[in-house]
Amino acid sequence: MTHKILIVDDEPNIVLSLEFLMKREGFQVAVAADGDAALEQVQAFAPDLVLLDVMMPKKSGYEVCEILRADPARSAMKIVMLTAKGRDTEVAKGLGLGADAYVTKPFSNKELVAQIKQLLAGG
Amino acid sequence: MSPWAVFLLAVGYLLLLFAIARFGDRRADQGRSIITANVYALSLAVYCTSWTFYGSVGRAASGGLGFLTIYLGPTLMLMLVPVILKIIRISKRERLTSIADFIAARYGKCQSLAGLVTVIAVIGIVPYIALQLKAIASSLQVLFPHGQGVSLLGLDTTAVIAIALAAFTILFGTRHLDATERHEGMVAAIAFESLVKLLAFLAVGMFVTFVLYDGFGDIFARAAAVPELSRLLGLEPSLASWTSLVLLSALAIILLPRQFQIMVVENVDEGHLRRSVWLFPLYLLLINIFVLPIALAGLLQGMPGNGDTFVLSLPLSQGRESLALLAFIGGLSAATGMVIVETIALSTMVCNDLVMPALLRVRALGLEQRSDLSRLLLNIRRVAIALILLLGYIYFRAAGEAHALVGIGLISFSAVAQFAPALFGGMYWKQGNRAGALAGLLAGFLIWGYTLLLPSFAKSGWISGDFVSQGLWGIEWLRAHALFGLEGFDEISHCLFWSLFFNLGLYVLVSLTVRPDAVEAGQANLFVDVFQRRVTQASRLLWRGRASYQALAGLLERFLGPERARQQLQSYARKRGLTQLENREVDAELVRFAEAQLAGAIGSASARVVLASVVEEEALDLDEVLNILDEASQIRAYSRELEKKSRELEAATRELRAANAQLRELDRLKDDFVSTVTHELRTPLTSIRAFSELLADDPGMEVVDRQRFLGIIVTETERLTRLINQILDLAKLESGRADWTASQVDLPALIRHAATAMEQLFRDKAVALRLDCPDQPVLVMADQDRLTQVMINLLSNAVKFVPAGAGQVTVTLECTADRVRVSVRDNGPGIGPEEKEFIFERFRQGGNTLTDKPKGTGLGLPISRQIVEYFGGRLWVESELGQGAVFIFELPRKKDGTKTEQREERPHDPQDPDRR
Repeated sequence: MTHKILIVDDEPNIVLSLEFLMKREGFQVAVAADGDAALEQVQAFAPDLVLLDVMMPKKSGYEVCEILRADPARSAMKIVMLTAKGRDTEVAKGLGLGADAYVTKPFSNKELVAQIKQLLAGG
Repeated sequence: MSPWAVFLLAVGYLLLLFAIARFGDRRADQGRSIITANVYALSLAVYCTSWTFYGSVGRAASGGLGFLTIYLGPTLMLMLVPVILKIIRISKRERLTSIADFIAARYGKCQSLAGLVTVIAVIGIVPYIALQLKAIASSLQVLFPHGQGVSLLGLDTTAVIAIALAAFTILFGTRHLDATERHEGMVAAIAFESLVKLLAFLAVGMFVTFVLYDGFGDIFARAAAVPELSRLLGLEPSLASWTSLVLLSALAIILLPRQFQIMVVENVDEGHLRRSVWLFPLYLLLINIFVLPIALAGLLQGMPGNGDTFVLSLPLSQGRESLALLAFIGGLSAATGMVIVETIALSTMVCNDLVMPALLRVRALGLEQRSDLSRLLLNIRRVAIALILLLGYIYFRAAGEAHALVGIGLISFSAVAQFAPALFGGMYWKQGNRAGALAGLLAGFLIWGYTLLLPSFAKSGWISGDFVSQGLWGIEWLRAHALFGLEGFDEISHCLFWSLFFNLGLYVLVSLTVRPDAVEAGQANLFVDVFQRRVTQASRLLWRGRASYQALAGLLERFLGPERARQQLQSYARKRGLTQLENREVDAELVRFAEAQLAGAIGSASARVVLASVVEEEALDLDEVLNILDEASQIRAYSRELEKKSRELEAATRELRAANAQLRELDRLKDDFVSTVTHELRTPLTSIRAFSELLADDPGMEVVDRQRFLGIIVTETERLTRLINQILDLAKLESGRADWTASQVDLPALIRHAATAMEQLFRDKAVALRLDCPDQPVLVMADQDRLTQVMINLLSNAVKFVPAGAGQVTVTLECTADRVRVSVRDNGPGIGPEEKEFIFERFRQGGNTLTDKPKGTGLGLPISRQIVEYFGGRLWVESELGQGAVFIFELPRKKDGTKTEQREERPHDPQDPDRR
């Protein structure tokens, strides 16, 4: 069965590269450019994993993560936070809000894919 | 009206006083004092004697409104609450029980000074007491004009009343020896008397004004119609006499022995003074309000006499006997109140300051061996009371109708006014000393006697009046009423001027020339600085010596009586939490306590003498005392210094804390900046790495994708480069290390140049660009490249935000005399009010959607603003949401023809390190 991945980022080029990468790995992919759109896509697309940028317009990644984690029906859904801010406090905040992993930009494609696969297999 | 009825009424009234006084004393013994603020204020009205009750009308009948001065002075004096409070505080702390004691204690507990004050007071006051007795006698004469008086055991009524007063005073004034010397029963009785005389006077006044006549207006109108009377309605012309009378009465309210007794010694609570400040003047107002109407009515009715008896004779002439009796009781209460308090005050002074010092000196009496002197002391006082009253009675009998009695009120006032320099000077001037006080008092007293007392004797015909009319030994400038040729004053003003002139002058001069002794210097400090707590501590340092507890206790027992002495010592120990007082070493505090107790009983001067008999005091010489006082004041100065230092430290700490907070804030901002820069740098890097890896992983990627991805990598690399350049640029601008060149810049040309550079971008998005600039040059002083950078930034912002196809951007240049304004208007989405300042911050960009996410670094506007401000201009935005935005910058205009002159707006100095 193909896993569904939702990519959320406000940088079109990053979205583009991630979309290409995930499709190549055989995942089903949907994209969103801000927090609100992300929440809508989670409803419509029901992804198994969300790649979530932190710094976004409208709703930040933290807020989106918090809302998603408040819904028990989606407890199985994995959340991987992506951020260009790599400070310890920010990592801790993301994990504290219930993210399953925290990846700092720029990242290695291979490592990201490995981490996603591991998370999906473990779930 | 039966004489016996009147006699019984008078006796009955005195018995009522006894009852009230007994009640007051009983309550005081039970610790439930009836002395409230109201009672205290009323008791102050002992100031209003029969001289007020009868005499005011007499003065008004002859002198018009002049009588009011006697009541204006006290009202003014009472406003000086801090002064009176200071007297009370000093007296309480030093256990001072009379004005003689007060002055003597201030000048080193000097017996001779105490004696002199006492002598002046007795000489000045005894005639005044006689005046009261005379008032009683003459009021009886009005009631019984045909001489059918009552005589008891061959004594006339006045004598009987004098004896009753002596009995009252002895009973309630000398119940026991107490360090506080308070007589609450007596005070209560005096307060009651004040009420009685006020009510009586008001009753007569209302009768005369509203029954006999038709109100104030009626009386005044009728009086105005009579030429001799109309002059009474005007003010006396003599300013000198008004001034001296106001001054005299202002001093008297404190310096008269009875006033000092009531106001200071009998004060139980300093707070009571505040009530008196308005209640006592109100009392004076009420008791004076009918004076003029009664005087005018008496004159209009053609009453006999000089007006002193109108209060009685007016009701009598109308057949109102009961009203006359009420007035008689009022006058009686005014007289008795004065006599009682004055006698107590004088007897205390006579006993403590004249008799005791004499007795202590006469060794033959064996006073040293007597185990209990308290009874002796009380007996001395009782005898003194009787003697003073007897003296008063004898003076009254001898002087009779003589002039000596008529003006005695003011003569007494003038006598006690001599205490003013020594008393007030001593409270506020540390240098004032004993020699000065003695010299001043003596001089003042002698001049008073020569210019006021003796002339009154002369007028009575007791002595020759030559010294008044021709001067002593025929020397003209020694004429008693024109001393040193000073003429044109009334006799009171004349006396007051010369006596106070010499009194004050000698006090100051001698004080400045003679060195005080050690005790004096210490006392001066205690008095002047009574409100400073450290003074008491310093005062302890001023005693050094040895004493045995037994000797000290024995001394107290002898003078206070064994029981009272034991009580006082026990309460002393209890208050300080000490046990076994008898086994402790006697310290300075205990000696001072004992001295204060003794001072309360026998006066401070005598107390010092008897204490010296049991205490081996190491005599401190003046220098030592001054050193100790100096140290105390140095400690004071030092601690002030410390307080100042610690305040400064606190201020410095506050400043440091503020600076630290500011630094923290800067640090946080810098941290945020670094974090933001990192974010901005990582974002393009992320794309570049991701696409590079994709390309590297997949060599067989389709050409289309490959081209597209490579294109993105190039764009993102450019973005990264631009970002790094701008960050460096901004950092340079902000740190002031940027390289600037300044030259004359033709702004319209610069705008056209920038527009040309941006042409392609506008054309790509199909946005219209309109320039509205004059053709001729408009010069500013600026850096050509930097300003172009600003212009391009504003244009690229505008084109970024306007809709493709329908976009319109207009650049306008306007000039005023000294400024040039360039505005760039677009028809984009506009900027909300909260974003207007926000967009000039670093890395903040307007616009929030992914679809039109502006491709900028977020540094363009901050950099532009730095550049414009560097050249003395400003950059801002005017906009409303949905209305487009106008970015405007203004620069100072370079004036034509001043090419040699440098810009005056902001000095252009690229090296200036402060430049931001």
